[in-house]
Amino acid sequence: MPIIRVENLVKSYGSLTAVDGISFEVEEGTIFGFLGPNGAGKTTTINVLCTLISATSGKAFINGYDCLKEPSRVRKSIGIVFQDTTLDKDLTAYENLVFHAYLYGVKKSEIKGRVHDALNFVQLYERKDDLVKKYSGGMKRRLEVARGLIHQPRVLFLDEPTLGLDPQSRANLWGVITEMPKKHNVTIFMTTHYMEEAEVCDKIAIIDNGKIIAEGSPEELKKTVGGDVISLRTRDNEWSAGEIRKMFGIDSVEKDGELYLTTGRGDSCIPELIRGLGDNVLSVKLQRPTINDVFLKLTGKAIRDEDVSGMSNIKEEVRAYRRRH
Amino acid sequence: MFHLPPLTPPYKRRGNKCHELIFMEFNAIYVLVAREFKKFIRERSRLVSAIARPLLWLFLVGAGMSRLVSPDAGMPYTQFIFPGILGMTILFSSVFSSISIIWDKEFGFFREILAAPVSRMSIVIGKGLSGTVVSTIQAAIVLMLFPVLGLRLGPLQIVEVLIISIALSFCISTFGILLATFYESYESFSVIMNFIIMPMFFLSGAMYPVKLLPKPLAVAAQLNPLTYGIDALKNVIFPVEEGPMSADFGLVTDMAVILILSFAFVVISARLFERKK
Repeated sequence: MPIIRVENLVKSYGSLTAVDGISFEVEEGTIFGFLGPNGAGKTTTINVLCTLISATSGKAFINGYDCLKEPSRVRKSIGIVFQDTTLDKDLTAYENLVFHAYLYGVKKSEIKGRVHDALNFVQLYERKDDLVKKYSGGMKRRLEVARGLIHQPRVLFLDEPTLGLDPQSRANLWGVITEMPKKHNVTIFMTTHYMEEAEVCDKIAIIDNGKIIAEGSPEELKKTVGGDVISLRTRDNEWSAGEIRKMFGIDSVEKDGELYLTTGRGDSCIPELIRGLGDNVLSVKLQRPTINDVFLKLTGKAIRDEDVSGMSNIKEEVRAYRRRH
Repeated sequence: MFHLPPLTPPYKRRGNKCHELIFMEFNAIYVLVAREFKKFIRERSRLVSAIARPLLWLFLVGAGMSRLVSPDAGMPYTQFIFPGILGMTILFSSVFSSISIIWDKEFGFFREILAAPVSRMSIVIGKGLSGTVVSTIQAAIVLMLFPVLGLRLGPLQIVEVLIISIALSFCISTFGILLATFYESYESFSVIMNFIIMPMFFLSGAMYPVKLLPKPLAVAAQLNPLTYGIDALKNVIFPVEEGPMSADFGLVTDMAVILILSFAFVVISARLFERKK
């Protein structure tokens, strides 16, 4: 049985439909990536799954519990790391975790052990008695991940976990996240708009304008864009292009003095290519498609081309809707 | 007989039993109060200003005003405003404590609380009791000034004052929570201070008896929860039972109003904390 099941979920704010009839399933113990540009409906979906907002129609289940009817049980089954920091900056890291443990009904005899383990896991044990306001952005995020694990959830939600972090903190956090499914027996549901980060996911769903436009493992998705691209510089492009046509039956394209050819399995092509062209080859470069290429192909726009003003408009509209109701 | 292991995985069983659910709610209430108390102790400046404000009112405003009040009014003016100053201490510290929800919203921490598997009612009660604890402590400190003002209070009266302080603190704290549900950012704080808290203080019978107010103001005072708390304190603290400066309502009425309002504030706030649309 999948740990998360979503069927035809719709969430609209008046005339604005933030989530437009999405369905998906997440298997236990996997890392599920929910991808899309800002304003696509990722956070809205998370908020419905985490029982923070109600849905307009559709169904959602986590750990067998109905997100719309059994909020308390769902909440016990999940941990959440929100997009914005939700730590109490005037308390120490240790106190923040103990607070969380009490709030989630962890047995008193277990609190200390779990807090220590969680702090060790994210390598913050030495700094446990510092006030959170003295923490860097990366440390705060790690502390929130640790906090999300304190009550031993079945699913951990990570909403843009690496947003605003420097590369080193990001790599550090990724180390922590990818270790979690095995170490803590937890399923990860994460959103991100950094496409390269989605490579670690077992399964990805891409959402745009409230609809899921593609779903599958990163490899499967990348295959849909048509395979690897090999670019090479040669002494004689014309002759080489002819040789390549003879060898593989592929037409190559010349651009800026380089030859480009698209093929299914680039890595196994290269040795053959070099054997065939001999010392005509000056350099060879293999480019594999990225998830961003997938997104580009599906929507005709890059995922990072976020229209910031458009985004704040959506947030404004949601706020205005809430005020009216 | 062998003791068979449960068939359902442990996570499915969690929180199913009634006593475990109650244990969870109590835990949540406890930890909300503990957090507030910890922060209260850590922030010395908050405690100092909380004590300094009533002192300023008592000795600067009170002493100055006492010259204007006729000596045959029944008691010195500084004695008259003492219950009002206790009420003011409770008003400010309770509202400050509850309004911190707006800060928590601004800094995101409130989502951590709302995402927890506890009833919204427990969250309101927990926040309400947080305000109650810190306000009652401050009121108790101010109460120790009574001999300086020439008031004579027996042990029973002191206990009564403390009980009233607890009830009033809870009432005002839950009122503050209700206010906080309507505001999203701390810019609204000055609006709340100037248009709700200050009028509440002036129209509470703290500075002048409600019975001497012109009719419209007297009606406004009677709609103010703080009026009843201060009146209850007057009932206990004042030696005189008649005259222009005596209490305006009976102690039973005062306490009944406070308790009913507290209940209403808790229920309404809890409803407003339910899931957003």
